[in-house]
Amino acid sequence: MSKRMELYSGNELVAEAAIAAGCRFFGGYPITPSSEIAERMSKFLPQVGGRFIQMEDEIASMGAIIGASLAGEKSMTATSGPGFSLKQENLGFAMIAEVPCVIVNVMRGGPSTGLPTAPSQSDVMQARWGTHGDHPVIALAPSYMREIFDETVRAFNLAEKYRMPVILLLDEVIAHLHEGVALPESDEIEIVNRKKPTVSREEYEPYADTKDHVPPMANFFEGYRYHVTGLSHNPKGLPSTDFEVVHAIQVRRQKKITEHLDDILKWEERSMEDAEIAIIAYGSIGRSATDAVEHLRAEGVKIGLFRPLTLWPFPEKRVAEIARQVKRIFVPEMNLGQLVLEVERMAKGDAEVIGINQVGGVMIRPREIVSRVKEVA
Amino acid sequence: MVTAEVAAKPKVKKEPPVVDVIFENCKGCNICVDVCPTNVLVLIKVPNKWEGYIAEVKYPEKCTRCMLCEIECPDFAIKVY
Amino acid sequence: MTFNYDEYVRTETIPHMWCPGCGIGIVMKSIIRAFTALKWDKNDIAFVSGIGCTSRMPGYMDMNTLHTTHGRALAFATGIKLAHPEKHVVVVGGDGDATAIGGNHLIHAARRNIDITLIINDNAIYGMTGGQYSPTTPPHMIASTAPYGMVEPNFDIAKLVMGAGATYVARETISKGIMLEKYIKTGLAHKGFSVIVAESTCPIQFGRRNRLADPVELMHWLKNRGVPKTKAAGMAPEELQDRFVTGELFRDDSRPEFTEVYQQVIDAAMKKENK
Repeated sequence: MSKRMELYSGNELVAEAAIAAGCRFFGGYPITPSSEIAERMSKFLPQVGGRFIQMEDEIASMGAIIGASLAGEKSMTATSGPGFSLKQENLGFAMIAEVPCVIVNVMRGGPSTGLPTAPSQSDVMQARWGTHGDHPVIALAPSYMREIFDETVRAFNLAEKYRMPVILLLDEVIAHLHEGVALPESDEIEIVNRKKPTVSREEYEPYADTKDHVPPMANFFEGYRYHVTGLSHNPKGLPSTDFEVVHAIQVRRQKKITEHLDDILKWEERSMEDAEIAIIAYGSIGRSATDAVEHLRAEGVKIGLFRPLTLWPFPEKRVAEIARQVKRIFVPEMNLGQLVLEVERMAKGDAEVIGINQVGGVMIRPREIVSRVKEVA
Repeated sequence: MVTAEVAAKPKVKKEPPVVDVIFENCKGCNICVDVCPTNVLVLIKVPNKWEGYIAEVKYPEKCTRCMLCEIECPDFAIKVY
Repeated sequence: MTFNYDEYVRTETIPHMWCPGCGIGIVMKSIIRAFTALKWDKNDIAFVSGIGCTSRMPGYMDMNTLHTTHGRALAFATGIKLAHPEKHVVVVGGDGDATAIGGNHLIHAARRNIDITLIINDNAIYGMTGGQYSPTTPPHMIASTAPYGMVEPNFDIAKLVMGAGATYVARETISKGIMLEKYIKTGLAHKGFSVIVAESTCPIQFGRRNRLADPVELMHWLKNRGVPKTKAAGMAPEELQDRFVTGELFRDDSRPEFTEVYQQVIDAAMKKENK
């Protein structure tokens, strides 16, 4: 049974969901338009015995959540564009050291200070490639209120399951939008916790390859006394420059994603069965696109919607299939063309790919998508 | 571990002090030689991957077990029993 | 009698990577003797560092060790301490790591008075990257990025952290390992943010450029720059120019410690929520 409808903003829902998912540590730094997440965590975390800290800067808050996670607490931070840029180095640390944590980026207009109070979707590629070096990434992008709650919980679950940071991409529209939403009861929420070692300290290898490529993770102070470093390391965790060792561990980290795509990928499709045109949209623009599809269908246009909730890894296979099915794909997004590049890459010329782009801090409305589709048709 | 010099036998109290230099750890920095107040240690040339020197216990009988060489050795290379 | 360091060392990783005559090993040994004196269980210690020569120390220590990003050790350590306030969190770093790139975290850890002990191996140079000048390189000394001599004024780390709110501050040269051990031990046992500055040596990157390549000569030079607190009290400021004061420099047991204060927040919030 779901609870009765209550009014929440997207940011408030992230905090609600994080605590429901078991988050007990938040390290943050004030930044518009994400600050409400920190404010809410500062109030509710101590009520459940958790701890909140406002760190001295964005870099420190990313460091603090990695530290807390190594010590066993599910941890989160929230930020926006400039702060997300500052967090990139430590985000890479969480990836190489395989530390579960959740980073919320409420996207605003950029680059630099840009449009602090206006929406954008221009950090999609930064979420994929923002930190240096090859690394796997999971990034989720919900569109609706209940989805924000569910995807936040899923972000924690994926972080714990695959031992890595997970990025939750919101945009200013859905972060500040208030809507009624029915939240699940706590016993309806699936919670995943990190896999623990069952072997002795002497046998434990915190970075060994395993069947699922996710080595069990001991927390600090549990007697395993292992080494965690941002240097390339061997399965024991100690620094290594051995070609084979370093290569193998890099490949294993990628396999955590590539061999679990069915588990990680999530999307919604509408009216795709007989579609000759597709729209691929995500986040708040996923909502505009949904309206646009309904409107065009009512006018008899054979159009469908593909709305990825997992942006990274990109749903390559399904997008390639769609490209073979339809003649044209529209990709509306609040940037100058980011996810559209992935769509083009997977379409391989099978369908014409057209971006609908807007970066002035105003969301792309359904009628703008409708008129663009009609214009081309 | 291989030791460079073992002056006397067991490690029982009131026995004369024993100074050990651990070959593999010594990088020949000369700090122990400098801090020893009774000049027990000297530096000798050896072929190794560091600077080509290691400390040697030349006058073990002079040792007063003050422990300075052990404390100030940066390389875990000296033990005084 | 000889001291057994093996209890706290990953013995398979020794000999360590530090150059002949490098002071970091002396600091590491002082830390281990302090742990031993306090009988701290190695399972209960988180040993955290940033990047640099000193920051390689955790790899050699047999405890929960974390080698983080450049300058950020205190930020990671703050997360660990908040997650487990009852455990021991110890941070090591060099002068560049702790006071330049990590300067912001340093002053804020001190302001919070969080129960973390920071040991700084101050060798006045960036060793690992090739001898560039740091915030503690003494005036006129040569560095790879100060070929005409250090032109910037330098930090007095002890004064810096005292001003920022650290509640135990001590400084000693590596030529006095026994005193260093004593101050580290007191700092570890102190409830609050404690900083021990180990004035140390880098014969290769600092020494070679300054006609002090011989580790022994460099150590004597360093030792002569240190002035014990009691002696310094009677000296004029100009006499203390280019020198540093050693000893237990500051202690305040009255200031509340951060995780204890936050526990009161939790207790109050939970009580209110459960009413």
